[in-house]
Amino acid sequence: MAQSPLSAEHIEAQLHVWLDTEFTFYKVERVAAELARLERDHQDFILGWIRRIASTHITLAWQFGQRAPALLMRMERRLLEAWAVHTCDTFDRSGLQSALRVMEQADNFDENKRRNDATGVLFEEVSPVLGNFICGLSGRRLRLEEGDGAWTDGERLVLPPLIAALPGETDNFKLAKVMVTLLWAQTRFGTLRIDFAAIGARYEDPERALTRLLALETLRLTAHIAQELPGLHREMLRLRALLDPPLPPDWQAFATQLATPGTPLEASLSLLDDAYALDSCPSWSDQGVIRPDAIASARAARLEKEKARLRIKLAELLKEQPPDNLTTTQDTSDKPRIEATAQDENGKLDFEITLDGAPLAPPDDVKQLLMSIYLDFGEIPPEYLTPAGDGEYDPKQVFDQPEDPDAVWHGTYHEKGAELFPEWDHGRQHYRKNWCVMREKAVAPVYDRFVEDTLLKYQGVVKQLRLKFEALRDENRIEKRQTQGDEIDLDALIEALAEARDGREMSDRLFVHQHRTERNIAVAFLVDMSGSTKGWINEAEREALVLLCEALELLGDRYAIYGFSGTTRKRCELFRIKTFDDAYDADVKARIAGIRPQEYTRMGFALRHMTKLLNRVEAKTRVLVTLSDGRPDDYFDVYHGQYGIEDTRMALLEASRTGIHPFCITLDREARDYLPHMYGSARYVILDDVQQLPLKVTDIYRRITT
Amino acid sequence: MNARTFDPAHHLIEKEPYYEAVGDEIQLFEAAWRQQIPVLLKGPTGCGKTRFMEHMAWRLKRPLITVSCHDDLTASDLVGRYLVKGGETVWVDGPLTLAVRCGGICYLDEVVEARKDTMVVIHPLADDRRALPMEKLGQIIEAPPEFCLAISYNPGYQSVLKDLKQSTRQRFVALEFDYPSAELERRIVATESGVSEAVSGNLVRFAQLTRNLKGSGLEEGASTRLLVHAGKLIADGVSPVTACKAAVAQAVTDDADMLKAIQELSSSIF
Repeated sequence: MAQSPLSAEHIEAQLHVWLDTEFTFYKVERVAAELARLERDHQDFILGWIRRIASTHITLAWQFGQRAPALLMRMERRLLEAWAVHTCDTFDRSGLQSALRVMEQADNFDENKRRNDATGVLFEEVSPVLGNFICGLSGRRLRLEEGDGAWTDGERLVLPPLIAALPGETDNFKLAKVMVTLLWAQTRFGTLRIDFAAIGARYEDPERALTRLLALETLRLTAHIAQELPGLHREMLRLRALLDPPLPPDWQAFATQLATPGTPLEASLSLLDDAYALDSCPSWSDQGVIRPDAIASARAARLEKEKARLRIKLAELLKEQPPDNLTTTQDTSDKPRIEATAQDENGKLDFEITLDGAPLAPPDDVKQLLMSIYLDFGEIPPEYLTPAGDGEYDPKQVFDQPEDPDAVWHGTYHEKGAELFPEWDHGRQHYRKNWCVMREKAVAPVYDRFVEDTLLKYQGVVKQLRLKFEALRDENRIEKRQTQGDEIDLDALIEALAEARDGREMSDRLFVHQHRTERNIAVAFLVDMSGSTKGWINEAEREALVLLCEALELLGDRYAIYGFSGTTRKRCELFRIKTFDDAYDADVKARIAGIRPQEYTRMGFALRHMTKLLNRVEAKTRVLVTLSDGRPDDYFDVYHGQYGIEDTRMALLEASRTGIHPFCITLDREARDYLPHMYGSARYVILDDVQQLPLKVTDIYRRITT
Repeated sequence: MNARTFDPAHHLIEKEPYYEAVGDEIQLFEAAWRQQIPVLLKGPTGCGKTRFMEHMAWRLKRPLITVSCHDDLTASDLVGRYLVKGGETVWVDGPLTLAVRCGGICYLDEVVEARKDTMVVIHPLADDRRALPMEKLGQIIEAPPEFCLAISYNPGYQSVLKDLKQSTRQRFVALEFDYPSAELERRIVATESGVSEAVSGNLVRFAQLTRNLKGSGLEEGASTRLLVHAGKLIADGVSPVTACKAAVAQAVTDDADMLKAIQELSSSIF
């Protein structure tokens, strides 16, 4: 039975609260009356979104409330939802004004023109599949991005946010697939090698020339696709029959000329004069547009860099060759002769390098470079194949360099070189995309006697630790009385034989089994470095880490230690103390000694980053131990109270979803009521006394990993 | 219908196993066998290593004893052990001992999976001593000239844990296997599965697309074996797209997006 609709009064009361009308003075009566006329299901949907958006910004929620009831009648719910999320994202990225503009776009929603929107496919729905799809097609690695149309610059394929030309969802997806394939074909079969500037200069009306060239190229690329991907070509023809008018008669001749498989780029260029003269020009709904500016700038940035990269890589490759391979060349010329040949057949593009005629196996990264260069020139230019001399290039200019995390703050663009993480907004019930700007930094090492002093102070504990942890080391042992094993358990056998003589049943547990287990644990420690840890807590944390390291070195578990702190989402910092690859040496000890309280407690990003790092480590069991002194809290930001708790909870859930075992050690003595909820999936322990931390932490570790 | 049972030590492969040589691996293997050098086969999964061994066993007319290595394989599993039968202990030869005794070919498949300490028992067999010490029996068996030891492994695994020790690998002549060239692979798929050359050409092209995905979400592209599976399904009347989904896409990944992407690739070709 359907629920009865909510009354206008009921809705009005809710809106008053959510939209804070006492201060905002929004007149909610009209909206409430409008909503009251809807079915309960619709009401719940719209009210839910008003509440969620209001947690981001009240004005946006008010604008949404005014528009939603009318829009819901003509717009699919899925799209309305996408629109609401898009608005919030825009607000996150570029503020209220831009978000309001996005909100207003919905007013121009034209029912007739967009009659297929309900069955349209959104970029975010198709991109995971099509992104992998284009990776499978040969050629340069391409990224799929959302943008204002369908075009490519040779490195990115851009698709519009919504593709909704056809009445069926499957067909719209097919259309999106054909679109990316045609764009891919532009990069793969030479369209992007066209000198668009020269073409523009040659014709009176460059725009006219460009559209005709694109049409010719589409014909040529269609023939290539017919050859390479016959199944897709069939779909392409079917969709074109539905969407596009038939080819004008005067274009038939071009189509025939370009239809031979493997037709090179020059064929379309030679037909351009004739095509330019024609008044008609076909265009297909799947063909996208050509953006000569974007192509040229991407190409310009790529060419020199790739030339330098290839030449450096070749020089490295030569160095790896055994010297006797190279001596022969000394007589004939002073430089070794490298040749590269491309094999472009059957849809497979492969490269062979020869050094003075002898084949060399190029590593994958060199192959990728050769591929990209081949796509830019249609061959590998000889000057690209001379290995770089020593010091000819500055590697800093050629290869992407990690940014110095501190230097970024002197610049204007704060997000440069940082890693972005999403954050869970519990009010919106949605992630804020790319919200936290995270940088990894190293802790400034302090070379003092802290580690020695700690070991001295806890001398007794360390001795005990040794005993306990050595017992824990899972060593090979012999298990007796097993049903299967390498050798016979003589004791058991004699006993069993005696029993058999006695007329009793003979046991089958007669073997000795060699038990060998390798402890295969990787553990990451995440230490709270917020300002509130100043004093005793910081001291205790550092001592705890020293003892932990001692214990872990005994066990041989792989471990990493990171610290976290942050001030607002723009400055989330993760401090490297020990990575998984670092040995426990003087530098690591100095970094532990150098841990100092920083700023605030923003936890989500740190947990998410550690999850990522842990998942890269090969181990049977992965454990993430968090050591913190209280509830997540950040300065002058939404990150406090419920929001911070919910985000932390979500980050822990994400971690356990990937198979990591999160464990939290907390020193918060005040408000424990939120802990069970926040740690939800994670197990946790509360320590009352800070002094206990160094003593307890190794015990806790022992408990959770056995 | 009863399945036939063989005694591994005396069973010779009767029918020639189909194998297309990619390079001079047959000649190399024969030379190594004559010179009594053990052989290491390297290559990705499903590229024909095991088939090659069967073919060589048939060619050399030796029994082939295959051991699939796993991480719980002990030295006793290879050499043999005492068992209790009717109140007495009886020695039972392991597959390696069996192969040495009958002068057969012992093939240790996916050898990196075995525990490192297990591998040490093959060392005396793999150098010029060619002898298998059996501590528990207090005997040493000398391998006859016909005996051959072959091991295989897949260097594509990026794990540091799964690598062969230098002391093991430096005892072997290595034969490298890779997916055959497109032309050859097409012939193999057509012969093995019975589909037309055109269909097998498309299958091979599809496999190349999936191999491009290696490293960007796929651990390994579609192997020749999977193509043969898909081909057999097609020959049996299954539509190509369905066959590719069942035999290839589902076999290489569980990731939903990747699955869909691979299906899109196959539907683009067929």
